[in-house]
Amino acid sequence: MVRGETMSKLTIPQEEIMSSGHLGCQGCGATIAMRYMLKVFGRKTMLTFPACCWSVIDGPWPYSAVSVPLFHTAFETAAIAASGIRSGLDALGKKDINVIAWAGDGGTFDIGIQAISGAAERNDNILYIVYDNEAYMNTGIQRSSATPWGAWTTTTPVNNPKSRPKKDFVEIIAAHRVPYTATASIAYPEDFIKKLEKAKNTEGFKLIHVFAPCPTGWKMPPDLTVKIARLAVQTRIFPVYEVENGVSYKLNFNPKKFVPVDEYLKLQGRFRHLKEKDYRFIQENVEYEWKFLNRKVETFK
Amino acid sequence: MEKVVLGNHAVSYGVLVSRVQTISAYPITPQTLIVERLSEMVADGELDAIFTKVESEHSALASAIGSSSVGARAFTATSSQGLALMHEMIHWASGARLPIVLANVNRAMAPGWNIWTDQNDSLSCRDTGWMQIYCQNNQEVLDSIIMGYKVSEQVLLPTMVCLDAFVLSHTAENVDIPEVKLVDKYLPPYKLEIKMDIDDPHSFGALSSPENYMEFRYKMQEAMDKAEDIIIKEGKEFEKIFGRKYGMVEEYRTEGAEIILVATATIASTAKASIDSLRAKGINIGLLRLRVFRPFPVKDVVRVLLNKKKAIVIDRNISYGKSGIFFDEIKGAFYNIEGDKPKIFGYIAGLGGRDVTPEAISDMVDDAMRKDKPEKDIIWSGVKL
Ligand SMILES: Cc1ncc(C[n+]2csc(CCOP(=O)(O)OP(=O)(O)O)c2C)c(N)n1
Ligand code: SF4
Ligand SMILES: [Mg+2]
Repeated sequence: MVRGETMSKLTIPQEEIMSSGHLGCQGCGATIAMRYMLKVFGRKTMLTFPACCWSVIDGPWPYSAVSVPLFHTAFETAAIAASGIRSGLDALGKKDINVIAWAGDGGTFDIGIQAISGAAERNDNILYIVYDNEAYMNTGIQRSSATPWGAWTTTTPVNNPKSRPKKDFVEIIAAHRVPYTATASIAYPEDFIKKLEKAKNTEGFKLIHVFAPCPTGWKMPPDLTVKIARLAVQTRIFPVYEVENGVSYKLNFNPKKFVPVDEYLKLQGRFRHLKEKDYRFIQENVEYEWKFLNRKVETFK
Repeated sequence: MEKVVLGNHAVSYGVLVSRVQTISAYPITPQTLIVERLSEMVADGELDAIFTKVESEHSALASAIGSSSVGARAFTATSSQGLALMHEMIHWASGARLPIVLANVNRAMAPGWNIWTDQNDSLSCRDTGWMQIYCQNNQEVLDSIIMGYKVSEQVLLPTMVCLDAFVLSHTAENVDIPEVKLVDKYLPPYKLEIKMDIDDPHSFGALSSPENYMEFRYKMQEAMDKAEDIIIKEGKEFEKIFGRKYGMVEEYRTEGAEIILVATATIASTAKASIDSLRAKGINIGLLRLRVFRPFPVKDVVRVLLNKKKAIVIDRNISYGKSGIFFDEIKGAFYNIEGDKPKIFGYIAGLGGRDVTPEAISDMVDDAMRKDKPEKDIIWSGVKL
């Protein structure tokens, strides 16, 4: 087959905007997420990062791995910094530039939630992307409200692991009735890219929650990043779905058979202390949440 | 156009004639009237700006920072608790070298809740790299917004324009509101050379190691040094166009004076009346009003106070564990100076909006005249114990 022909069938844009020279750890899921995002959004894009792994990954002054203008901002301000950039550009008549807030789960689920809620409620014309590695990795693996039940982190040691479930952040954003909210995974690039494209073509506030495994923080081999991300979807620990206008739910992955959670959990050191009964508890919880999600899908079909 | 306006509305008009492009703000007493008037101006199409009604002051300034970074002229206003909540972004705005103008209505910090004036809110921002201006009347408030942008956009440091709660914010005075066209002659459109630009992409505020962080800070100080000259130059330029004169400080009847009263903001206006009556009684006294606090007017302070017998500093603020803040800065300004230095008396007065009356000022002067030198760094005025 002619090479060009094969490529033309792929939905993934070929141009590499992110450079390979960055400071991410080996197998970092967050860098994979950025690479796809930039492929879709291209160079007519401005980014803002709050404090998170990506404020390090991008490199020290004067270097940058993203090749688009980037404004580093304070930990809890990603959404509003993006809104501010947006209104500045609008005031200058530069309406065709994309503005994206790119933040970790801690900067989103926890300290940044107030500013995100403000931007969502105003329906500011920005895209907010949260790359979820399920803890504060920049500061050395402390729990966040995105850390799942039972996980080890440095602030939830094995004899006292996280005792509360992961916060349902998409639900919170959907409750603002914003045009578009979605979850995505680095293991499903076509799906992720479709969602990025949809966000690019939607006016108003958009949020994409992308699952991005972190070998360093999850105590797993760096070559398993994509596999583990895929298992998260196949076990339904991290379902991929979309919500339009805050009410219309759509599942993007719904196979006949699901993978048991054990297969996902056993690959990661952060779950090593869990017992058989813990696996069952997690499995039950996954079933329950899945049912709940399907109800939402049904309600507004 | 002459108009009778409240201090808060003088801010709004200053923003209007400065052709501000983005506004982001959150309400707090006694600042609310500023943003209410601005939202009307924007809604009526009188002011062509984007007004973002944010969910907090922290976001108000973060939004202004975002807008300013792409080259829009940005404004925000707050007071007291709001300014304290902004503090992280106060550092960010100056560190990112963005010429934002912020109006702060000086209001006391809680607890207990107090909506009246004192300066501890803005003076807590002393070491952030913002220029600070303390106004004595509504005209100066309006003019300082315009001059704030003119100076900030040259030195790339933000400006905080301070006005006293109620004494100015809610008091109506005659104010000349200049025509936008005339202001255009003074204040050209904002052109940020180094900005977020898709044709010349860079990262701003990236990791900065011990190898280069200090040089960024050196440059902020260099900008502050430059700011003093530019404030003086732009004050003269302003006078040429608008006929009103502003510098780093203002002197009132200082010629031949042996004693100098030093005050800021509206206490300085009251003090002028006190000076007149004290002069009438034959006391050789004048007033030095510090208008700009950062950069600190060391040269003017030394020039005016050297060879005087006494300086009486009135502080509507306190640095707990030290003294009044202006008092401390003035004392510091003299340490390495040779010559006949004045005895410097520091009075704390008017905290939480307590009235600083002409009688209270006369009492401070009487007290200082009775003593050879101050016995301590803090002399409380009118405290009831
Ligand atoms: C106001 C404030 N508090 C705390 C910090 C320290 N801090 C920097 S990054 C970070 C954690 C970031 O976690 P997350 O958002 O999940 O991103 P990740 O590092 O995992 O990519 C913390 C706690 C900070 N920079 N600012
Ligand atoms: S700690 Fe995790 S998220 Fe951070 S750079 Fe390393 S792998 Fe990526
Ligand atoms: Mg994280």
